Amino acid sequence: MSETTSFFNTPSPPQLKGIWAWLLTQDHKRLAVMYLWAVMFWFGIAITIGFLIRIELMSIGPTIMGPDLYNAAFTLHGVIMIFLFVIPGIPAIFGNFILPIQIGADDVFFPKLNLLSWYLYMAGGIMALVSLFTGGGFPDTGWTFYVPFSISTSHNVPLTVLAAFTLGMSSMLTGLNFITTVHRMRIKEMGWMQIPLFTWALYATAWVQLLATPVISITLLLIIFERLFSIGLFDPDKGGDPLLYQHLFWMYSHPAVYVMILPGMGVISEIIPTFSRKAIFGYKAIVYSSMGIAIAGSLVWAHHMYTSGMSDTAIFVFSLLTFLVAIPTAVKVFSWVGTMYKASIEMTPPLLYAMVFIYLFSVGGLTGLVLGAAGTDIHVHDTHFVVAHFHFTMFGGTGFAFFAALHYWWPKMFGIMYDFKRAYIAATLATVGFMFHYVPMFILGMMGMPRRYYDYLPQFSQGNLFAGIGGILLFIGIMLMLINLLLSFRKQEKAVANPWGGVTLEWSIPSPPPLHNFVAPPTVQDYPYDFSNVLQKAAAQHSSVNTEQKESE
Amino acid sequence: MDPVLGVDRAFWYIFIVSAVLLTGITLVMIYFAIRYRRSKNPVPEDIRDNWKLEVVWTIIPTLIALSMFWVGWSSYTGLRNVPKDAIEIEVLGQMFSWIFIYENDKETENELVVPVNKPIKLNIESIDVLHSFFIPAFRVKADAVKGMPTYVYFHPKETGTYDILCTEYCGTSHSSMTATLEVVTMEQYETWLEEEE
Repeated sequence: MSETTSFFNTPSPPQLKGIWAWLLTQDHKRLAVMYLWAVMFWFGIAITIGFLIRIELMSIGPTIMGPDLYNAAFTLHGVIMIFLFVIPGIPAIFGNFILPIQIGADDVFFPKLNLLSWYLYMAGGIMALVSLFTGGGFPDTGWTFYVPFSISTSHNVPLTVLAAFTLGMSSMLTGLNFITTVHRMRIKEMGWMQIPLFTWALYATAWVQLLATPVISITLLLIIFERLFSIGLFDPDKGGDPLLYQHLFWMYSHPAVYVMILPGMGVISEIIPTFSRKAIFGYKAIVYSSMGIAIAGSLVWAHHMYTSGMSDTAIFVFSLLTFLVAIPTAVKVFSWVGTMYKASIEMTPPLLYAMVFIYLFSVGGLTGLVLGAAGTDIHVHDTHFVVAHFHFTMFGGTGFAFFAALHYWWPKMFGIMYDFKRAYIAATLATVGFMFHYVPMFILGMMGMPRRYYDYLPQFSQGNLFAGIGGILLFIGIMLMLINLLLSFRKQEKAVANPWGGVTLEWSIPSPPPLHNFVAPPTVQDYPYDFSNVLQKAAAQHSSVNTEQKESE
Repeated sequence: MDPVLGVDRAFWYIFIVSAVLLTGITLVMIYFAIRYRRSKNPVPEDIRDNWKLEVVWTIIPTLIALSMFWVGWSSYTGLRNVPKDAIEIEVLGQMFSWIFIYENDKETENELVVPVNKPIKLNIESIDVLHSFFIPAFRVKADAVKGMPTYVYFHPKETGTYDILCTEYCGTSHSSMTATLEVVTMEQYETWLEEEE
């Protein structure tokens, strides 16, 4: 392959120079890199806040902060993690970078809209930051902003809500862009059943983003109206209904859970076949289950509300629907494990993260069954059991999928390779820390310790101490992982175009890719996970090595 | 059946089935990763799907999921069907304490006293923001909403002291919004009810 100039050295539009070549760029790859740094900044802040929360809880009584600061801390941790890390993380960074390349396109369909989405993301983040230091104090309502508390607290809720609104808009426009790109920019040779699974997952996600996000926008606007004009939409004192708010909130926020996890599942569906050098097992089943999760997942929102006073009939219906979502999820897990059967598996950091994902996400999914069942949910609802459950899915799931994606596409994005040994140590430390951190919370929840608790009864102290120790290990593991990735910039160990032997189109172009992605027109395989070419090449290399060895003997 | 027992059985059913599935998935995955490592197995087989296997692993989880739904639902009905002879007590949640009002208008704060071996129905409401009334020992929980009464029902079988907690975040002192439940004999309950505060 002849030398090409990477997108890092080719501004787009071409007349831009210096910092403007970044700030006004319309190149999907530059935007992805800009998202990466912004998302990592927020992730760093939120994980540090989460760490401090757990240190506070390690002993009874005030440890390092007071109750008001604590309440603000968990609110911020939730708002930042959800709206600035988990939702945008994989789609905005890896979706932007990889999706157009996987379908043979040179950019997304609306490059300017893509740039606008980035600015909306930054604006939302800055609003969230400003809301901390203005108004009546740190927002302290929890990320759910439940009424009537959120309309009665004097703290600075409207700006935080506006921030969430802006971030929602950013994510919606990204979704719109992906849908159009997949439909309009896909090269002609690629039929629907030849699209790589990461792109499929993002496509399913994008529909949910586009259709569900307006609901939260309406809801958040209603909250702002309610606070400013005291209309009485949600406030029972003025004839409003707090349950209306909860329905509206979860009508978005539950589908949003699938916005958070589906892209992660897409990442795993790429990594497992690549390192197994084997076709993904049940390609079509995975595609249909992605769409199935997107559709069914949009109809289960009220399973967050079994104790709210909603009717028993509603509980029956929502509980039943919730169990139906479990099925496509189970199919995906079985397909991933099935792919490894009779494969040729090479252990690498991305694969290790992917396998840890399968384990942690399975725990998260299975404990979700406890929460979906009506009788058992009543006991554990709003306890630490729920905290552990959604951290297993959102952190063990989406978070670890994000880490897997970082390690998988890092050489593609930057053209450099990181140190494997440190990556393994970091992954192991993070996983062990994760288990010690969250498993005690399941037990605390079963014992009845509620969530969002600044202080607790003596019977909960042992579990909280363990969770804190696990949290420290987890924090160290994640920091080591990030440092290891950053150190790769200093070492500058060059990565080849296809370091893993992947077969999707991003591996057929140079690392980092040139501005227009493809030097030669891409060729599409009949089946997207056909490894026969990779295997032939490996066999040829192997035999040439063997003959060399024989000759030297 | 005792509602607590029903809920606990549902917990055990879901936990045991889940533990079996989790162990199976994890062990098989690790086994494959070792057994089919590249140094041992340089040439993979080309298997793309197997519709029989896929049908099986769709149908079996469906049956498991439906059975769990049913177990969960029937244990829930146990918590909701209040016997006719239940003693009714009004519960009011406020920032940051619980008020209990008995049949004879006796009022207590953060102390609920009930007789043993009698079904108890608590009618719950809030006078400000949302709270949620939770007695872990009896597996019951219901949100306290202003203007919309909810209820919980439980049937204590032994005397003793139990914790009552608030599980809906309600502000600064949410975590100290606790109360105690005293289950006493019928005679003790009756004398207590007539006592002047």
